[in-house]
Amino acid sequence: MIRNDAPELLEVRSLAARIGERNILKGINLRVRAGEVHAIMGPNGSGKSTFAKVLAGHPSYEVIGGEVLFKGRNLLELAPEERARAGVFLGFQYPIEVPGVSNASFLRLTYNTVQGARGKDELDPLEFDDFVREKMKLLEMDPAFLERSLNAGFSGGEKKRNEILQMALLEPKLAILDETDSGLDIDALRVVANGVNKLHTADNGIVLVTHYQRLLNYIEPDYVHVMEGGRIIKTGDKSLALELESRGYEWVAREAA
Amino acid sequence: MSAVIQNLVNQPYKHGFVTDIESDVVAKGLSEDVIRLISGKKGEPEWLLEFRLKAYRHWLTMTEPAWPNVKYPRIDFQGISYYSAPKAKKKLASMDEVDPELLRTFEKLGVPMNERAALAGVAVDVIFDSVSVATTYKKKLAEVGVIFCSFSEAVKDHPDLVRKYLGSVVPAGDNFYAALNSAVFTDGSFCFIPRGVRCPMELSTYFRINTQESGQFERTLIVAEEGAHVSYLEGCTAPKFDTNQLHAAVVELVALDDAEIKYSTVQNWYAGDENGKGGIYNFVTKRGLCKGINSKISWTQVETGSAITWKYPSCILQGDNSSGEFYSVALTNHRQQADTGTKMVHVGKNTRSKIISKGISAGFSNNSYRGLVKIGARAEGARNFSQCDSMLIGDKCGANTFPYIQVANSSAKVEHEASTSKIGEDQLFYFASRGIGNEEAVSMIINGFVQDVFVQLPMEFAVEATKLLGLKLEGSVG
Repeated sequence: MIRNDAPELLEVRSLAARIGERNILKGINLRVRAGEVHAIMGPNGSGKSTFAKVLAGHPSYEVIGGEVLFKGRNLLELAPEERARAGVFLGFQYPIEVPGVSNASFLRLTYNTVQGARGKDELDPLEFDDFVREKMKLLEMDPAFLERSLNAGFSGGEKKRNEILQMALLEPKLAILDETDSGLDIDALRVVANGVNKLHTADNGIVLVTHYQRLLNYIEPDYVHVMEGGRIIKTGDKSLALELESRGYEWVAREAA
Repeated sequence: MSAVIQNLVNQPYKHGFVTDIESDVVAKGLSEDVIRLISGKKGEPEWLLEFRLKAYRHWLTMTEPAWPNVKYPRIDFQGISYYSAPKAKKKLASMDEVDPELLRTFEKLGVPMNERAALAGVAVDVIFDSVSVATTYKKKLAEVGVIFCSFSEAVKDHPDLVRKYLGSVVPAGDNFYAALNSAVFTDGSFCFIPRGVRCPMELSTYFRINTQESGQFERTLIVAEEGAHVSYLEGCTAPKFDTNQLHAAVVELVALDDAEIKYSTVQNWYAGDENGKGGIYNFVTKRGLCKGINSKISWTQVETGSAITWKYPSCILQGDNSSGEFYSVALTNHRQQADTGTKMVHVGKNTRSKIISKGISAGFSNNSYRGLVKIGARAEGARNFSQCDSMLIGDKCGANTFPYIQVANSSAKVEHEASTSKIGEDQLFYFASRGIGNEEAVSMIINGFVQDVFVQLPMEFAVEATKLLGLKLEGSVG
């Protein structure tokens, strides 16, 4: 929802970044206020996923220009783990598989680490078990997930549910969901989208990075941005997503040129 | 690779100090005269001298193995002193009589053996260089008929047992280093569990290499008679030296009908510095013979030290229904090289073996798993399961797997699984994006990786081993 008096969560000004010698982001501007849902769309290679990773602090990318403020703080000077503790969450397109580390112990470690950093109470394994099982209902997840190794052998849909489960545990102020819809069948898409909707409040902001309009049938965006060549070249409301679905991306690029 | 990972392996060796105890060192070099001298100093019977000389003569005809996937300069076997013993004052009956200097050494290592022994209920047969200086709990063990003593004592007090089993699993001429050991071994441990006895406590030996440039040639022999059970722990630390030290031990295990031997090792010898200077050459022959029906031998090893590790704890599954297990974690860092694994030789019917190997490579190190599963023609119904996983930390290290499978019986089932994973930027970033810092992430990933092996360790060893891995990898990511 758009409220003009809502506090600003994220302000990105002229952000430029590269990997190795290759410039990928070439001046991105974006403002996200509390309560808003932003969708970032665009063709392959337009820099959408890079933008998501740079916001979360992936070490492979070097920021070479611009600034990013998160709740008024310079986000770029924080280490990735500090960003997470401060309330930035990145839902991965390809979550990492870690054999041998149980999902339960990973979830508890991340929950307690972030709780601790925010000066809140940590939970012991028994308390956490009750707590996480409640959260899992939100995503219609079988508690058997807790005993499995972190993401190891999970299907695409299971991995994405597990990502949103982490979002539910960490209660971020800003959630950046990178292609959360990829690899999901229709049922899983509905479950994951419902989960995100339930976690969305007037206090937090969501940035959805996606190729397809279909996710936006479930999670309604307040703004739709089109990325091309490392820049946001057009911004509109949810009707823009529908137009992109029927007409493709090319016309936007032509129009912007 | 990021500086995080580079730092993860730069932990100075904590146990690097030399204990100043006067040593009785034989002049460098090896000849029949030196062997006679060693045997004479130890007051050995004629048959043992013959065993040594036979091994030596065989050794002279052998060449160093060149097949391991490790590189090191040629060893000058005439440049090594083959005997060194702390000058014994008199025979020690209690811990109070142990040289205080020696006790302080153990304190520095964090192994206060008297406390440790009492707290953990462990009898510690302390090996200091090559001669045992103290054996505790001997009395308690003696009550149930368990013999646990230094090899030299066993030769004196139980010559028939030693003579019966010495070389019965690893023959004197088995391989280059086993032959060398058979010729010059100075001491080690002997353990005998009589028929039907379940050893009332875990038996533990702490090895420590002390005198510079003296090779270590330990000899361990464990015999479990019909229905006997024993769990044996071997733990090692060594002081820091710049010259490479050769360690060529031989461990022989014999399990008769229904007997069970569990042998666990945590090895943390000096691995050399960051540039690969110094460190121990660990060329060891460990082999167990499941001689009786329903017998079982289980090896668990956590290898974190040594410049070079060349070690294949093996099981010969001779008795019908016997089983062998090998659980291994081998961690290499900096310039360390490890070529380690196991051999499971199925001879009897319905024999079973299980291999779980976890290799962790960091820095510029090279870690190879080499294993043989051999099913003999008469091993009807034999089964093997092998799992070999490698973990790479950073992008400058190497991991290799060399599984050899030879099957001569069509009823056998052999399974082999292997995986390679890495801790790189993407793994660490995933954890970081959940608020978890690099060191904690590495520790969690590694502990998860080695879990299947660590659950096999006795409890207090598992704690120690977990700390050891943390210590070894601390600061290597950052």
